[in-house]
Amino acid sequence: MLKFEGVNTFYGPIHALKDVSFDVDKGALVAVLGANGAGKTTLMNTTSGLIRARSGQILLEGRRIDRLTPDRIVRLGITQVPEGRQLFPDLSVAENLRMGAYVRRDGASAHRDQADVFERFPALKGRARQIAGTLSGGEQQMLAIGRALMARPRVLLLDEPSLGLSPLLVRQLFDRLAALGREGITMVVAEQNAYLSLEMASHGIVLETGKVALSGSSDELRRTDRVRQLYLGTKDKAGPLPDDTGGGVHN
Amino acid sequence: MLAQLIVSGLAAGSLYGIMALGLILIYKTTHILNFGQGDMAMFSTFIALLLFRTYGVPLSAALGGALVTGILLGVVVDRGLLRWAKNAPVTSLFIATLGIGMILQAIALWMGLIDARPFPYALRGPPLFIGDVVLRQHDLLVFGVALAVSLVFFLVFKFTKVGIAMRATSQNRRAAQLMGINVGRIGTWSWALGLGTGAIAGCLVAPIVFLDLTSMVFVMIKAIAAAVLGGFTSLPGAVVGGLLLGVIENLFSGYMPPAIAPLKTTFVFTLIILVLVFRPHGLLGERSVGGH
Repeated sequence: MLKFEGVNTFYGPIHALKDVSFDVDKGALVAVLGANGAGKTTLMNTTSGLIRARSGQILLEGRRIDRLTPDRIVRLGITQVPEGRQLFPDLSVAENLRMGAYVRRDGASAHRDQADVFERFPALKGRARQIAGTLSGGEQQMLAIGRALMARPRVLLLDEPSLGLSPLLVRQLFDRLAALGREGITMVVAEQNAYLSLEMASHGIVLETGKVALSGSSDELRRTDRVRQLYLGTKDKAGPLPDDTGGGVHN
Repeated sequence: MLAQLIVSGLAAGSLYGIMALGLILIYKTTHILNFGQGDMAMFSTFIALLLFRTYGVPLSAALGGALVTGILLGVVVDRGLLRWAKNAPVTSLFIATLGIGMILQAIALWMGLIDARPFPYALRGPPLFIGDVVLRQHDLLVFGVALAVSLVFFLVFKFTKVGIAMRATSQNRRAAQLMGINVGRIGTWSWALGLGTGAIAGCLVAPIVFLDLTSMVFVMIKAIAAAVLGGFTSLPGAVVGGLLLGVIENLFSGYMPPAIAPLKTTFVFTLIILVLVFRPHGLLGERSVGGH
């Protein structure tokens, strides 16, 4: 469905993604693991067209998308739920959802999809006219995902969806994502919370300083020492690999 | 006396308000403060005059021509000029807009658009008397147009997809891109609408002031002041700020002794500094609740 072939991305002089290659099968949920600054957000933004890859290719169903503008990529069916939610804070919930459906031409069924979002995320129900910036963190994350779903994406990119949420809310969120997966939406989830995301994902990759350090099925990854030490071991992230942080400037 | 001063102040203030609406619209979506707004409005107004005087087009059609000129000018300025400098810092683009304004002044001179004869009134007739307040027909027109422009802005930003997308883009440009909003096109829309609004203001100002190359620049400075007063990011604030400004300066020049009365503009700007000291976001400024 989605294929990355030798993707290299730079932020000025910083080589943020180095020869990244991996496949995302149709209907799969792929977890992208890695510490802060490992390149997860860069990978998301390169896919969405906000940053242009210097070399390599990104293919959606065999079609190159790495030279397209962000709005073209959304039209082709890839929508991102960005890190930190990035809602339109002074727009109402309904207006945020309407912007999610911006690329669609079918107004009537977009309206039905709005009702569908409220079914899916009951916390938002009855709040269509509330200003998005006044929602709680959990509600905002639900709205961010609902807004992305309004585009009817075939591929959903989620960047750190659990960030800043309580454990209970994270649970709820991942249940909702699992439900979306069962409906056949392909998902790429960047997460620091490796434990939960590998539980849900079929496959995963581990990014380290911009490189794919490991990739495989979730079961395989869980068994590797690296993943265990670095990500499953609750909070002691001061792990053994010193070059694992710092935005890919080392090497 | 008081009622009369307030009414004429509101008429002048409506003009500042309309002008400020165009400025703020462009500022909100592109973060560019268009210092050329006055010259661009002047140019569109001169086109109306050209159509009316030289080509004998009926006045209403000539005014429509000014509106179309403003809209096209917006597209040209954004697509044809600023788009090429999109990597420049936004503050440098402020100066670029000033430069575009100068170029338009030069073009107006070169095309022989400057016409010393007064600009025609669209509504000409005996003034109305309400109690002891005298209301010129042109003032009525100004009120009506200001109301109509405000209403159109309200409807566009509240209910149309492109209007909501303009607000979305001004609040979070990156998120707007991720929703598939072509933010470049939204910028062009804003320029078109902003300079169209400027053309409307120009045609309303022209019959009152002697129309020359720089007459709109003073209106623009007042409009910027009105925008600051209203909070700079708030469209209703721009209108309220404009009306307030018009009334305050009129009251000042009406009640102050003749020696001080001409200093009304100085007074207004001093007042604005005071407002900014006590209300840094202006009178109706939006402080984003969500933040980003």
